[in-house]
Amino acid sequence: MVYLTRKSEFSASHFYHNPKLSPEENQRIFGKCNNPHGHGHNYTLEVTVAGEVDERSGFVMDLKKLKDLMNREVIEGLDHRHLNKEVPEFRDKIPTTENLAIAIWNRLAGKMNGAKLHRVRLYETDDLFVDVYGEP
Amino acid sequence: MYGKCNNPYGHGHNYKVEVTVSGEPDLETGMVCNLADLDGFVDRVVMPRFEFSNLNELDTFRNLVPTTENLSRELFYLFREQFKLATVEKVRIEETMMNSFEYAGGRELHPAAVPKRVEG
Repeated sequence: MVYLTRKSEFSASHFYHNPKLSPEENQRIFGKCNNPHGHGHNYTLEVTVAGEVDERSGFVMDLKKLKDLMNREVIEGLDHRHLNKEVPEFRDKIPTTENLAIAIWNRLAGKMNGAKLHRVRLYETDDLFVDVYGEP
Repeated sequence: MYGKCNNPYGHGHNYKVEVTVSGEPDLETGMVCNLADLDGFVDRVVMPRFEFSNLNELDTFRNLVPTTENLSRELFYLFREQFKLATVEKVRIEETMMNSFEYAGGRELHPAAVPKRVEG
């Protein structure tokens, strides 16, 4: 079992607001992130796939295919988008880094060409990242 | 299958290798192993073999495509077989700043295997 990680970057904006809560509660829980005009992040995405090394190619998975898949399924739909307003997963969900990482996992799951999606790691800033390992 | 990587004149990478070792901290030194010993092993055994080499020309890769998957396995076994001062758990290689590969002897890397933080 070898683990292969491919990195990618995208920029997106969002704000945190739960319509079921009062404005005061939203402000208390989400602070600056509650500003309805939103704010942006330069996200760094790391996708790790696991698999046995193919004897013929020496690959776990063709890196070019992984890169194309990440671009097609994730980057094209998220890069330079307002997550709350433009991305369907966040119509009824707060676009926290947790929820965004889960949405990215769901976009990639089952599309790994024989390899296994092992981990989605999403950095919102250098100091903050979320790991999703999907279902055990 | 290999695209640009198939150019017979080859191409180079500035690989970065991370090796993870484990063990109980020694009661006298507080160390799992002395990092100077690990550095010394890398300088003495690993670097002379790989630094500025053409991987395809090494014995190791005579019948093996030098993908970073295969390089990470070869390095893992080199450390595992020859560095005896701690248990070699994992080798991680960055091929570029965008790609990396991890091998732990075939063992699965799972969040449950991450050591728990010691409370108090």
